[in-house]
Amino acid sequence: MAERGTDLRIGVDVGGTNTDAVVLGADDRVIVKVKRPTSRDVTGGLRAALDAVLGELGPGAHGRVGRVMLGTTHATNAVLERANLGRVAVLRLGAPATTAVPPLSGWPADLRGVVSAGEAVVPGGHYVDGREIGRIDPGAIRRFLDGMEADAVAVTAVFSPATADHERAVEELIRSEYGLPVSVSHEVGSLGLLERENATVLNAALYGVAGHVTGALTAALAERGLAATPYLAQNDGTLMTLEHAARLPVSTIGSGPANSLRGAAFLSGVPDAIVADVGGTSTDLGVLTGGFPRESSAAVEIGGVLTNFRMPDILAIALGGGTIVRGTRFGPDSVGYRITREALVFGGGTATLTDAAVAAGRRPPGVQWDLGDISEDFRNTLQRVITAADELAADAVDRMALGRAGRPLVAVGGGAFLLPQRIPGVSRVIHPEHAEVANAVGAAIALASGRVDTIMPAGESRTEAIERVKQEAAARAVAAGADPDRVRIVDLLEVPLSYLAEPAVRIHAKAAGPLTR
Amino acid sequence: MLGTGGGGGVRAGSLAAARAVGEHGPVPLVRLAELSPDALVLPLSGIGAPTVSHEMIHSEDEPKRVAEEVERLFGRPPAAVMSSEIGGSNGVQPVAWAAWLGLPLLDADGMGRAFPEVQMVSMHVAGLPADLVIMSDVAGNVVTIRPVDGLWSERLARAVCVAAGSSALMADYVVTAERARGAVIEGTVTRALEIGRATEGAADPLAALAAELGAVRLITGKLTDVARRTTGGFVRGTATIEGTGDDRGRTLVLELQNENLVAVEDNQVRAMVPDLISVVDTETAAAVQTEDLRYGQRVTVLAWPCDPLWRTGKGLDTAGPRAFGYDLDYVPVEELAHG
Repeated sequence: MAERGTDLRIGVDVGGTNTDAVVLGADDRVIVKVKRPTSRDVTGGLRAALDAVLGELGPGAHGRVGRVMLGTTHATNAVLERANLGRVAVLRLGAPATTAVPPLSGWPADLRGVVSAGEAVVPGGHYVDGREIGRIDPGAIRRFLDGMEADAVAVTAVFSPATADHERAVEELIRSEYGLPVSVSHEVGSLGLLERENATVLNAALYGVAGHVTGALTAALAERGLAATPYLAQNDGTLMTLEHAARLPVSTIGSGPANSLRGAAFLSGVPDAIVADVGGTSTDLGVLTGGFPRESSAAVEIGGVLTNFRMPDILAIALGGGTIVRGTRFGPDSVGYRITREALVFGGGTATLTDAAVAAGRRPPGVQWDLGDISEDFRNTLQRVITAADELAADAVDRMALGRAGRPLVAVGGGAFLLPQRIPGVSRVIHPEHAEVANAVGAAIALASGRVDTIMPAGESRTEAIERVKQEAAARAVAAGADPDRVRIVDLLEVPLSYLAEPAVRIHAKAAGPLTR
Repeated sequence: MLGTGGGGGVRAGSLAAARAVGEHGPVPLVRLAELSPDALVLPLSGIGAPTVSHEMIHSEDEPKRVAEEVERLFGRPPAAVMSSEIGGSNGVQPVAWAAWLGLPLLDADGMGRAFPEVQMVSMHVAGLPADLVIMSDVAGNVVTIRPVDGLWSERLARAVCVAAGSSALMADYVVTAERARGAVIEGTVTRALEIGRATEGAADPLAALAAELGAVRLITGKLTDVARRTTGGFVRGTATIEGTGDDRGRTLVLELQNENLVAVEDNQVRAMVPDLISVVDTETAAAVQTEDLRYGQRVTVLAWPCDPLWRTGKGLDTAGPRAFGYDLDYVPVEELAHG
């Protein structure tokens, strides 16, 4: 493909503090890397980072960029700030079941006020064994939607991850009769009605934000004469096309940590490891299994709303370069971005973990930070602080390792030098090159994926049923942009279910593959 | 906390209760002595598969249908709702059921904790007959069963539940306040509220909790192994906790069957069912359910005495260690602690 001249990829990660961008060549080596402050309007930082990498590439390189991968916090910010969210008509198919807990129960009042155009529980949905709870009632749906001022509709049917017919039929009805975008829950989440419904409503509320991001990205590329294909990163460390992202914007939430983990795997060449991303305020620990982030089994809260996304399993601890030291204690507060003015090594007056690390002889490669003349007492105090910080890190590593010792730890992020060279239960500590932009690298090397979560009978047809689920996951990966010839199943989980008439299993399958060339 | 590791999650039930109270006003809590002798007590519980209860949530009409059937059968409406099982989801949902029915909630339940089987209730121990079961499902069906004994009650109720989509609301042991005396465990709703009040906002939640429960602290440490398997609808397994801090060098093993049933250290039993054993987060004192136990968690194991009714001969026959397949003679937790 190099002879066609599109051998370069740009990965961009919009974080809370910095927007990082990297350019990768055909051999997957990092050619250019930049960091720019994230701007208030978020897209400004993206443009600045793109200009910076293109500037470093030099003229004539524009035509060589084949793909641009963007990981962004737009959707997360919209939910946290309750800004730019659409109004959603919330429709649940399940009556007469499920009326004990109506839609949006437990939502923070301000978010509900901004998002909800109205809620209804109408007939429909299925029992666990596939029987209908009730027939779809088009009249009830029309009575709910007629005259309603909504930007989108969220449709959630009971047991739709196992039987999606009702959601599909209602989606078709609403699209054809009302022309509104529809978010259907079986495309968004897994079993667990309330959590899946919450995620589906958030997804529908984010359609406007998704349109803004994809529009801004497309425009930014066009303005710079880039003919590259754009992609967005999602929270399992894989990519989606802009069309796919426009339909599932909620899955961009949490893409930052996922990109970091994938980038760490790539830069270190280690597919199974503990990863520590050490920033200015905190350290995020995650686990890589087969090159992908281990996913959290617990429900995930976003902006005060409980959802059941499959998010990376992340443990955050208050250990960062700017973490403030008081006596022999430290944190949880941090001097944050002011570290280059306030830390002792930079001539400031605040003792930070960076200073304690320097006192213990730890520095980033190639820098000459020095604490100057400090008393022996103070040096001993800082040494005690770093010992305590090492214990905190070791404790967090142990929690994430789940008893499996002997894997390496990959240290990424600007504060990676804080970590000791030996951590109990870890075979070795790896500091890969370009570790400070691991998240942007993670975006640039990401694959496309698809997943299915459903319930199947556990009888004789089981093998056949699993095969169908795997095929469906692969088809969804191809729909997300994966090369049909190189898609493979990367995750298959079978859970036997109890208390049912017929033995049944819950099957989760995920397929992933490199992007189509 | 009173679920001792089982009893199901309380999230959906809490949301239903909050909404019901918001719409219908607070639910009065009444003591048995405040009810007239012939007032009918309606013990309610949700039964079914956990996977189903997370997906197909109850209908708000189910308790109404059960109450109507009670009125049809007894000639008068029930006077109060009672939780059959205070631990877990069936401890929280009765607040919603009572609010929808416009009835008070009785300050009592049938277990004082959580147990996995239908016959493991105080009413059975007290000798009340299991001759009537009323069930309602999400579709609106009402089923009245007149079983000949507890075994048939369990067998038929489970068959109805499966046919109803593995979720149903059940009333059994509908009795007058007079007959309920001594057959239910009183004060358990108040107890649950006090546990919440004692720990919420406490400077040292764990110490506050242990003091409120009058609990023995079996160990504080780290979960180093969880072995679980699902057989016959139950989660069975063990959890191993290795001591940290003052408890360094000690190891406690918990035997699990949906609930935490037996705690063993150095081949010595430290606590056993029907006494209550809870695993809590050492920092927050929040209870950890058996299905959420994970390697590396920093936990403390607390054990405290069950209601005296469970320590009677029939109580132990029903829900003592042998009822769960452990070849152990029951010794109260406070004797083991001081033994």
